[in-house]
Amino acid sequence: MTNELDIFVGNTTLIDEDVYRLWLDGYSVSDAVARRVRSGILEQTGATAAVLQSDTMDHYRTFHMLERLLHAPPKLLHQLIFQIPPSRQALLIERYYAFDEAFVREVLGKKLSKGTKKDLDDISTKTGITLKSCRRQFDNFKRVFKVVEEMRGSLVDNIQQHFLLSDRLSRDYAAIVFFANNRFETGKKKLQYLSFGDFAFCAELMIQNWTLGAVDSQVDDMDVDLDKEFLQDLKELKVLVADKDLLDLHKSLVCTALRGKLSVFSEMEANFKPPASGAEDRTPRIPAPQNLSRGLVNVAAKLIHNKDVRDLFVDLIEKFVEPCRSDHWPLNDVRLFLNQYSASVHSLDGFRHQTLWDRYMGTLRGCLLRLYHD
Amino acid sequence: MPGKLKVKIVAGRHLPVMDRASDLTDAFVEVKFGNTTFKTDVYLKSLNPQWNSEWFKFEVDDEDLQDEPLQITVLDHDTYSANDAIGKVYIDIDPLLYSEAATVISGWFPIYDTIHGIRGEINVIVKVDLFNDLNRFRQSSCGVKFFCTTSIPKCYRAVIIHGFVEELVVNEDPEYQWIDRIRTPRASNEARQRLISLMSGELQRKIGLKVLEMRGNAVVGYLQCFDLEGESGLVVRAIGTACTLDKLSSPAAFLPACNSPSKEMKEIPFNEDPNPNTHSSGPSTPLKNQTYSFSPSKSYSRQSSSSDTDLSLTPKTGMGSGSAGKEGGPFKALLRQQTQSALEQREFPFFTLTAFPPGFLVHVGGVVSARSVKLLDRIHNPDEPETRDAWWAEIRQEIKSHAKALGCHAVVGYSESTSICEEVCILSASGTAAVLNPRFLQDGTVEGCLEQRLEENLPVGCGFCHIPYDELNMPFPAHLTYCYNCRKQKVPDVLFTTIDLPTDAAVVGKGCLIQARLCRLKKKAQAEANATAISNLLPFMEYEVHTQLMNKLKLKGMNALFGLRIQITVGENMLMGLASATGVYLAALPTPGGIQIAGKTPNDGSYEQHISHMQKKINDTIAKNKELYEINPPEISEEVIGSPIPEPRQRSRLLRSQSESSDEVIELDLSHGKKDAFVLEIDDTDAMEDVHSLLTDVPPPSGFYSCNTEIMPGINNWTSEIQMFTSVRVIRLSSLNLTNQALNKNFNDLCENLLKSLYFKLRSMIPCCLCHVNFTVSLPEDELIQVTVTAVAITFDKNQALQTIKTHVEKSLQRASTDNEELLQFPLELCSDSLPPHPFPPAKEHLESASSNSGIPAAQRATSVDYSSFADRCSSWIELIKLKAQTIRRGSIKTTVTVEKASPVAEGNFRNRSAPPCANSTVGVVKMTPLSFIPGAKITKYLGIINMFFIRETTSLREEGGVSGFLHAFIAEVFAMVRAHVAALGGNAVVSYIMKQCVFMENPNKNQAQCLINVSGDAVVFVRESDLEVISTQQPTANCQPLCTGGEVTT
Repeated sequence: MTNELDIFVGNTTLIDEDVYRLWLDGYSVSDAVARRVRSGILEQTGATAAVLQSDTMDHYRTFHMLERLLHAPPKLLHQLIFQIPPSRQALLIERYYAFDEAFVREVLGKKLSKGTKKDLDDISTKTGITLKSCRRQFDNFKRVFKVVEEMRGSLVDNIQQHFLLSDRLSRDYAAIVFFANNRFETGKKKLQYLSFGDFAFCAELMIQNWTLGAVDSQVDDMDVDLDKEFLQDLKELKVLVADKDLLDLHKSLVCTALRGKLSVFSEMEANFKPPASGAEDRTPRIPAPQNLSRGLVNVAAKLIHNKDVRDLFVDLIEKFVEPCRSDHWPLNDVRLFLNQYSASVHSLDGFRHQTLWDRYMGTLRGCLLRLYHD
Repeated sequence: MPGKLKVKIVAGRHLPVMDRASDLTDAFVEVKFGNTTFKTDVYLKSLNPQWNSEWFKFEVDDEDLQDEPLQITVLDHDTYSANDAIGKVYIDIDPLLYSEAATVISGWFPIYDTIHGIRGEINVIVKVDLFNDLNRFRQSSCGVKFFCTTSIPKCYRAVIIHGFVEELVVNEDPEYQWIDRIRTPRASNEARQRLISLMSGELQRKIGLKVLEMRGNAVVGYLQCFDLEGESGLVVRAIGTACTLDKLSSPAAFLPACNSPSKEMKEIPFNEDPNPNTHSSGPSTPLKNQTYSFSPSKSYSRQSSSSDTDLSLTPKTGMGSGSAGKEGGPFKALLRQQTQSALEQREFPFFTLTAFPPGFLVHVGGVVSARSVKLLDRIHNPDEPETRDAWWAEIRQEIKSHAKALGCHAVVGYSESTSICEEVCILSASGTAAVLNPRFLQDGTVEGCLEQRLEENLPVGCGFCHIPYDELNMPFPAHLTYCYNCRKQKVPDVLFTTIDLPTDAAVVGKGCLIQARLCRLKKKAQAEANATAISNLLPFMEYEVHTQLMNKLKLKGMNALFGLRIQITVGENMLMGLASATGVYLAALPTPGGIQIAGKTPNDGSYEQHISHMQKKINDTIAKNKELYEINPPEISEEVIGSPIPEPRQRSRLLRSQSESSDEVIELDLSHGKKDAFVLEIDDTDAMEDVHSLLTDVPPPSGFYSCNTEIMPGINNWTSEIQMFTSVRVIRLSSLNLTNQALNKNFNDLCENLLKSLYFKLRSMIPCCLCHVNFTVSLPEDELIQVTVTAVAITFDKNQALQTIKTHVEKSLQRASTDNEELLQFPLELCSDSLPPHPFPPAKEHLESASSNSGIPAAQRATSVDYSSFADRCSSWIELIKLKAQTIRRGSIKTTVTVEKASPVAEGNFRNRSAPPCANSTVGVVKMTPLSFIPGAKITKYLGIINMFFIRETTSLREEGGVSGFLHAFIAEVFAMVRAHVAALGGNAVVSYIMKQCVFMENPNKNQAQCLINVSGDAVVFVRESDLEVISTQQPTANCQPLCTGGEVTT
């Protein structure tokens, strides 16, 4: 006796959250059944494995039918075939578009093309996420990318409108789209310690300040592309390191201000912590701004080349994060330094690109502070 | 020229891509009614065309209006080749033909194609202007209302119940016409769909005419079925009960303290209080009302294990009829005469109703059924209905004579069915023999003294079980005892019926679903030999099904079955029998004796041991079941009777006083009843197997109950969550070593596993009850068994709040205290409710509206914020998007500010609400239920009957996910189409929903499958009881919401 056909259709579509998760995670029906058995559901409900198998099949079939609609979430809201309460619809969409941290770190900044898709096998092996799930996540990235890529208006809003995602998830997708479009390198070994959240944070700052839309939101505004004009102008910042006088002046301004502030700071800190490195460390650090400044300004000047845009994060780590880290700067010192470093440029009389500098450094400061951790 | 039909095609959406090159579609629409066709313009290159057509007007006879469906075809325009059909919508305009139902049909309909399924949706508005026609010889019957519900619909009152109406029409099946060889499957399917639609229209019209002849205005319990006879034709037949119904003027008038008590009282048992136990005659009880609640209680019905299913063709006439029981005295005879005269005019005193107005049902005699085997290829004139009419007449005659044998003049809970395999057809009819109160059967003049006397003498709660036949001249051997309730009249030991449990029946504990399942192999044979073989098997099957039912009933410790439905299905090489019923313990009937096992060969020691072991197991099971179903009948009787125990309940005192007079007799009879034990003789392996199968039935997991009647006795505090579902299973039997035992086991496992699956799937609803569980068995092929189940799961409140009244009072108190808030909130609620059926308008629309009115969001914002408070996260995001779109801005910080700003308001609002916001989740939702009511809600309007027939075919079965994928999608689509039609009528629920047919055929080798589904139900508007008080004044507004919605969408 075999079940040729076995279906259950409710007037309100039944959604089992646990089975949905298993389906999203890419498990086959038999794997899903095995996992459900292990979860102890049989004991709780007194059901048999056959019942579980049939139930799982039913849910999988439903999800399979829903998947077509999930590709365009507004369709899910308007379709008549499945009667699903709004809260459940939201859950279906949100979960479908959710992604694994491990997976997104592998794909972030890569071109969302067929080529990358072929590498999904490797990613699957590496991350332990099933290939099916990898494909779903990749296709989601690609789908969202395709839809919002050429669209005017705020990136986050566009994603929210077309995919009905939560605010949080829409921001994440904005970051993914932004990274994919600009192809930022995130896979280098040096960058491994960074989380998706770190990158997403930077992406948001960059979208807000460095894209076309940052200047004028009424214009054909594409949040996904960096403002080319801005990148071009960044070359002008080179004067900060090329002009010896300017560099010295800048340096001394920073040092003076820093010395005063840091001393206050170190004394205050001493009350909490033994004054281990405070005094000693400051001496070697004084010349540091020079190198750091050079690094930061050079990064800016190079951004006109696509290649260097892609390497932005590598450069930031190499030119700033790593030197500081090797000197054991506490985060707060980095913050004080960066604040002072960007602020004191305003006191340089010979420097004419104050706005440009602020647009650049404002974002960069935020990024660097976020990137500066172990 | 009595009618003008007007149709407007508004728009389409989600159309399929018909032009691969552009990924777009050039769609236009053909609107056809009768022989007239109109076309819209072609809307170029769009998947969401906006035709906004003129009003297409058809001037037609009302006869055509009743028969013809409106046919809407969506096509893709092609300049060079033939236009491609995208799909069709058939709209039955019947609901527009009577004044109280819908006035307009307007909404989104799924565009359906028999090969591709649903392909997008179309927005249509349909109206009818009817001119008065005074022609007496008219062929139409516009204005007669149809209800699938097998009780008097909730917002109506039965003035007269006229009786049985039936009709049958025959046509050639397009699938078997010669032309089918050369046309496409699509054309053939569509021809069939259209034909059936036409035939059911015609059938309904003809039945309507009969109703008008009887001076009725409605058909209740309308059941229409198709017989796919194959070569010999396609039969559509229908039965129903003609009634004269009165619309109750104030639908909300169920609250106490009213001036028109009789009307009120009539309504109570139906709308408000499906539970017999809590039913009391209410605070304001003039004598009249009491009589209402009393009279029905007195009909003890009766069944004997053999007679109801008796197949013998010799009618047992002459027995039981005429002589009144001695207890009944003169007026029983009088009543009998009166009923008789009322019923004698009728050819068939049958009623398809299963629940009745109080006082209608006097006595129940037991189940009567008849079957007959016919050969379809012997029909002389296959295109004419005469032969089939004669067949059914014969069967009905038999039923009538069976009923007579039971001393009854009427048959209630009557239904008919067929099972066809090749050229053999089994016709079946069954019902419950009953004695009825003549008051409802003729113009209500009889209600005189007779009535009152009757009622004075009928005690409460025990009623309908008293035997209608003569004790000394019983039609079958049975144990009679004095009624355990009134102790005056005789009752049988067991009672089987096809009706629902009367609302005022006194029941102990809870009920449960009881099934008997049976398979019998038969040799493959041709024509007459085959028919003879089947005829010979039938009586044995009936007998065994009965024995099984009886055993299972005893095992459950119960003594009555309600809603009994025995289905016999014929296949090529086997017969299947499936009986479902709801077992209950009727307080009026004696406690069932246990089951005793007796071995045939008592000399064998180990055998003895085995027997005694089994006996113990059975006894344990009975004890366990009694506990499970809370069957603890008051052992009181003997002691209580003499000595009045100070009990607070008035009702019981009344009871006692009545029973006092007859205590002696009772004691005598009670002891007699207890002696009665059921002996199962184990004399062969078959019997052994029977006992085993008895014990293998697993009770549902805790928290679950199931029944196949409308309501579950013993559960009354339903909550509003319902889930209707259909589940289909097909198993393939291994063709080797097919024995009756193996077959039985397979079939039994199939049903048990199916039930287990249902319990598992619905576990999140615990505590809940599966109601109206309806199993259908078919044998689509040699080794396939198909079981289809439709039922509804209803949750109930665990804390069996017996104080429903108390909570009600509390609620109203609460309401009073929060009155102001309620008042404030109502408009807001309305706003949220009036969002279209799809609560989230497309993002695009938002964008558009945003760009045009970015300045005015203040007002809009208020509503949206409110809305987000009761809807869930999703909707709030969408609102958020809306807000954002309105004031185009960028950046994250600002957005968060908006959220924060919005939430306190929302939260505050939330806190104010006294009730949980679940009511709002019903936005755009259409509920479906096989029951005639919706728990926690009140039906305010019946919009008309839904009767739909669909065919779906595929030639890419594998690609569609195999047979399961194919059928799953199809059933989901059928649900969707039913919901869409209901919504377009302005309704929000389908009650008395039934899937009458689900014929599935597959040919995996050819990668093909085909399925036919026929569903029906009543489209209604319901209002939540919790909203009722608030809304009652503004009801018109609420009702027109769906229309507004339609309008909104078009703009």
